[in-house]
Amino acid sequence: MKTQVMSKPAVRNRALRSPGGLSVRLDVRAFVVVLLLLLAALVASVVLIGTGDFPIPAADVVRTLLGDGDPSQELIINDLRLPRVLVGLLVGASLGLGGALFQSISRNPLGSPDVLGLSQGATAGALVVIVLFSGDADQVALGALGGGLFTGLAIYLLAWKRGVHGYRLVLVGIGVSAIATAVNGYLITKADIVDAARAVVWMTGSLNGRDWEQVQPLLIMCAILVPTVLANARGLRMMEMGDDVSYALGVRVERVRMLLMVSAVLLTAGATAAAGPVSFVALTAPQLAKRLTRSPGPNLVPSLCMGAALLVVADWASQRAFGADQLPVGVVTGVLGGVYLLWLLVTERKAGRI
Amino acid sequence: MSRPQPGGSEATDRKATGQEATGQEATGREVTGRDATGLASRHRPSASVRSAGPVNENNQRSTVNRLSAENVTLAYDQRVIAEQLSVEIPDNSFTVIVGPNACGKSTLLRALSRMLKPSQGRVLLDGQVIQSMPAKQVARTLGLLPQSSIAPDGITVGDLVGRGRYPHQGLLRQWSAQDERIVRESMEATGVAELADRYVDELSGGQRQRVWIAMALAQQTPLLLLDEPTTYLDIQHQIDVLDLCAELHEEQGRTLVAVLHDLNHAARYATHLIALRGGEVVAEGAPGDIVTAELVEEVFGLRCQVIDDPETGTPLVVPAARRARTGAEGRERDADREAKVAATEAS
Repeated sequence: MKTQVMSKPAVRNRALRSPGGLSVRLDVRAFVVVLLLLLAALVASVVLIGTGDFPIPAADVVRTLLGDGDPSQELIINDLRLPRVLVGLLVGASLGLGGALFQSISRNPLGSPDVLGLSQGATAGALVVIVLFSGDADQVALGALGGGLFTGLAIYLLAWKRGVHGYRLVLVGIGVSAIATAVNGYLITKADIVDAARAVVWMTGSLNGRDWEQVQPLLIMCAILVPTVLANARGLRMMEMGDDVSYALGVRVERVRMLLMVSAVLLTAGATAAAGPVSFVALTAPQLAKRLTRSPGPNLVPSLCMGAALLVVADWASQRAFGADQLPVGVVTGVLGGVYLLWLLVTERKAGRI
Repeated sequence: MSRPQPGGSEATDRKATGQEATGQEATGREVTGRDATGLASRHRPSASVRSAGPVNENNQRSTVNRLSAENVTLAYDQRVIAEQLSVEIPDNSFTVIVGPNACGKSTLLRALSRMLKPSQGRVLLDGQVIQSMPAKQVARTLGLLPQSSIAPDGITVGDLVGRGRYPHQGLLRQWSAQDERIVRESMEATGVAELADRYVDELSGGQRQRVWIAMALAQQTPLLLLDEPTTYLDIQHQIDVLDLCAELHEEQGRTLVAVLHDLNHAARYATHLIALRGGEVVAEGAPGDIVTAELVEEVFGLRCQVIDDPETGTPLVVPAARRARTGAEGRERDADREAKVAATEAS
């Protein structure tokens, strides 16, 4: 066992350099993991598009997506199933990235949006709209977004004391989460039976009936936030070593942290507004990604890809096992992600890495 | 050595009681330090030459030291640690700050490294207010090894040391051949090169401290600040780390500022000593000039003898035996000090 622990990690970082003095550092293993996750997400998406009451072979799906299919399949694929899958991919990616950001900022695997109460806060926003105003789907989404942002702001202000620190952030988040959960319970008991049923379905997290109207705002959000986050990823990497060290290295710690926290809150709230609080993706995706890449650092891109792949696979599994639209995807992500994480933790403990 | 010395008169007063021989010894060391600097700076890689660029344009450069604090008031929220404190860090010195617990020595170091913004006064680096300078530019000039540093899970020694290159890198300049060379050199200088592929978690405390110092070295700053670099290490590793610091100072010509707890270590390694008490500079100067029994009693409230270190000739503080200290006066002082410690701990 000891020899395994002491084993040399393979040389993993390759530097790509141009003659003009530009250079990019590449973690080979992380790069391969990202490629494999993208491939998995793509394959799962194609299979998922082919799955349903009217099954379509994968070859036909690909042909139709490339704009060369027959018209009857085109309707089912492009108008019904593709947007749902895209929402799934984008929601998964947002949750994975948001979770990785929060876990890195709080330096704690428990510091993910589900635990910090962001999902519960967004749920409270949605429930207020459903129960008190009987709003339509768009209004519910806006309510969730508002609830998420409000919760994020509350956590930041309550946890702020000459900077935000991991431990305090998690504790404050757990407190806020408890309050939001209580509010949600109260709202459900006040609701009439129809609203309550709608609320419960929304609270489990589901991709049912998602169409292009949900895709567009998610796509715009990701197009703005993902590059913003990645541009600041190097600073975040330094911040893992503590505020003092990163400050000494010239990272503007509070500014980077503020920017990334706002991005993470937006990503999480946006994803929750689109699909409901899909449980556990934000918690598990970064942990799974980290264990696959075995790379120190926030693992932002692998987490993003893992979130997308995880959600699409979970959606496929729920449709496959229980028939289309029977079981909301949030139930499956909870089971799937949880089991996979436990399995990884157990195998890693055997290998002596944790 | 025409630098201004705020505590100069005090230092001269004390010299009368200090040992002349050790005074000369310490001065001699400082001179050789300077010679080594001249040599080392010619070999210094272009990165730090570039960072020194604006310095040369500054006409204050020749008369004023690179790093100083001017009349700073340092406070955490409402708790004031020091008021109207002025300190100069002599260029090319190995400056050590000593003082009793809660005297503000770490706070001063935090202010010098722009971690703590003074509520009044200013900290100057190369003639500019340090807070007004771009973060990365400061990080290329002044490095800090803080007490609280976290090695991320599963990080290797080489990877951690490589992170010290951050202020020299950019989005499209992530890992140049120069970065690679400097990281290798930093690991060689600290004797951790053969550990490059090991996980930091597997190392002993002494090795780990060397790795962190290597990271700070890779930052390639002419000024390096160390906050209690020997804490939690056993005596062998303490000496090891201090030898390394002396080497960096003498051979590479860096200006070092360290906070140390052990007065004897401070006296042995420092070329310039700053003694703080209650947020005020009580004395500063070469250890041989200022470390006397009176000073130790004044700063630490401890009766002692100061003798010559048989190895180096620097002052060696030998606390008085318990019998000699437990007079009525001693008890009173103990009670006074305990009350003070309790007060600072409570806040």
